[in-house]
Amino acid sequence: MARALINVPAKAKRGEIIEIKALISHPMETGYRTGPDGALVPRDIINRFICTYNGVEIFSADLFPAIAANPFFSFTTTATESGRIAFRWIDDRGQAHLETAEIAVE
Amino acid sequence: MSRNSGSAGTSRREILAAGAGALALILARPARATPESMAAAIKAFVGEAEVREGRVTLEIPPLVENGNSVPLTVKVDSPMTAQDYVKRIAVFNERNPQPNVALFYLNPRAGQALVSTRIRLGDSQNIVAIAQLSDGTFWSDKAELIVTLPACVES
Amino acid sequence: MRRALTGVVLAAGFGGALGLCISLALAQSPPSEHKSGFEFISPESQATQQDDFSNPGMLWVAEGEALWSAQAGASGRSCAGCHGDAAVSMKGVAARYPVYFAESGQPIDLQSRINVCRKVNQKAAPFPLESRELLALSAFIGKQSRGMPITTGEDKRLEPFRARGQELYEQRQGQLNFSCANCHDDNWGKRLASSVIPQSHPTGYPLYRLEWQSMGSLQRRLRNCMVGVRAEPYPYGSQEYVELELFLMTRAKGMPLETPAVRP
Ligand code: HEC
Ligand code: HEC
Repeated sequence: MARALINVPAKAKRGEIIEIKALISHPMETGYRTGPDGALVPRDIINRFICTYNGVEIFSADLFPAIAANPFFSFTTTATESGRIAFRWIDDRGQAHLETAEIAVE
Repeated sequence: MSRNSGSAGTSRREILAAGAGALALILARPARATPESMAAAIKAFVGEAEVREGRVTLEIPPLVENGNSVPLTVKVDSPMTAQDYVKRIAVFNERNPQPNVALFYLNPRAGQALVSTRIRLGDSQNIVAIAQLSDGTFWSDKAELIVTLPACVES
Repeated sequence: MRRALTGVVLAAGFGGALGLCISLALAQSPPSEHKSGFEFISPESQATQQDDFSNPGMLWVAEGEALWSAQAGASGRSCAGCHGDAAVSMKGVAARYPVYFAESGQPIDLQSRINVCRKVNQKAAPFPLESRELLALSAFIGKQSRGMPITTGEDKRLEPFRARGQELYEQRQGQLNFSCANCHDDNWGKRLASSVIPQSHPTGYPLYRLEWQSMGSLQRRLRNCMVGVRAEPYPYGSQEYVELELFLMTRAKGMPLETPAVRP
């Protein structure tokens, strides 16, 4: 579905609050715009974003057409243990895009 | 509480002072959100609970360069402990076709309640952020924005 | 050639959606000091450009990187197959385009140069101008020169084309009868609607424009300025655009490349 860029620090101290950034390419077609033929372009947005840390949800969002094209999010989490941070974006057609990043916590 | 409205007002004056004799916006668009539909969306989020001003800080630049992509940050003053944390943050707008912008789900592991994204704003309007805390209370902040349009856009 | 636009009223109807009147007062001094468009955008947009995990243009760079090593065409070869590591082979390349292309006896810009390799070396269909793929590859190649000074125009054979680009830049056009120089040399730093008029240095292309919600080439940007003064834009790929690109890049000599930049 898309190309995504995520930023998770590769290393962190246990208990440290880390910032996570996620950017994905998507037109976020609102469904309110008319195309060149004058007809409404059908809505096509990412409506859900979920971030998990070793399988447990740490952040998620329900999204609406007012989110800008190529959606960007930043949020924080506490580095608890080494492992995998996974990102999932789900669009109106139910298609999901997945990205993962490894973090080493000492 | 509308922290941004003061500087937004300044920005409007700056534009006028810079020589824009008239700035007329006639944007045709389908049915749009209204202050009433925003109020209804907020009611759906908070139910009968009281929404208090404070604890939430909504940061949006007062003068928006392009409504297609407006950076927005919401911070909530919360210790983010298992006993006292932010559960959800909702962002609403008055004038886009739909009053909902985003709904963020947080938990104590966030360490701090701080979320950023970029949103679309078709017009100058009020934006409201409301946080639901783990004790069931709701807190809010509001920002008033001036959206201008860039020069030399494609027809 | 510096004209004051005192009292000139620019009334432009963009897309029929916006009626906008602005008067540009008093001529600005000519750009003795070169300022990138970066200096005229909001601190928020500047921060977006400077953070590779926030800059949406980096999504195109990432796509270009994938295309760089993908096999294509009847040759079955990838760009990397011949050029190797782009960080080495493409370093500084975007900073000297457009170049003189001996095969055609004319200047060629980076996008068209990539398409020559698509056609001749990969034996694949060239990418349409402004296509996602071509923007992605140009952004990826452009990024290999990020921070390097622009060196375009050193080849003497380019001179007549650069001179023609300058003529186009200084010639009044469109229903509003403005030249590029009227805005970008005489009135830079002033506000036009929400925008500050920059000096029109093409330091960041292809770039992510919030208005487009996408990446676009310098030609697309020039097209927007022409539509803005209600002139008939040249077709993409036309000689006029390449000459304007050549003039602008030569004029910006020494300025660091910013690809992929962010603009409103
Ligand atoms: C009426 C004034 C006006 C005229 C005439 C005009 N432009 Fe522009 N131009 C602008 C404004 C305003 C911007 C910035 C718009 C924005 O970012 O929203 C701009 C942006 C640009 C940029 C982008 C610079 C960057 O930082 O990326 C270039 C390049 C440019 N113009 C070249 C030209 C050329 C070449 C012409 C003549 C064909 C031209 N312009 C005519 C007003 C003008
Ligand atoms: C079969 C080998 C081959 C393939 C495949 C190939 N190229 Fe090339 N490319 C060349 C050669 C040879 C040149 C000319 C080198 C020179 O002039 O020094 C060249 C020149 C270029 C230049 C101009 C460099 C300069 O210094 O001005 C660019 C840019 C370029 N190629 C990009 C690409 C891209 C992008 C792809 C993939 C879409 C690609 N090439 C695929 C062989 C290839």
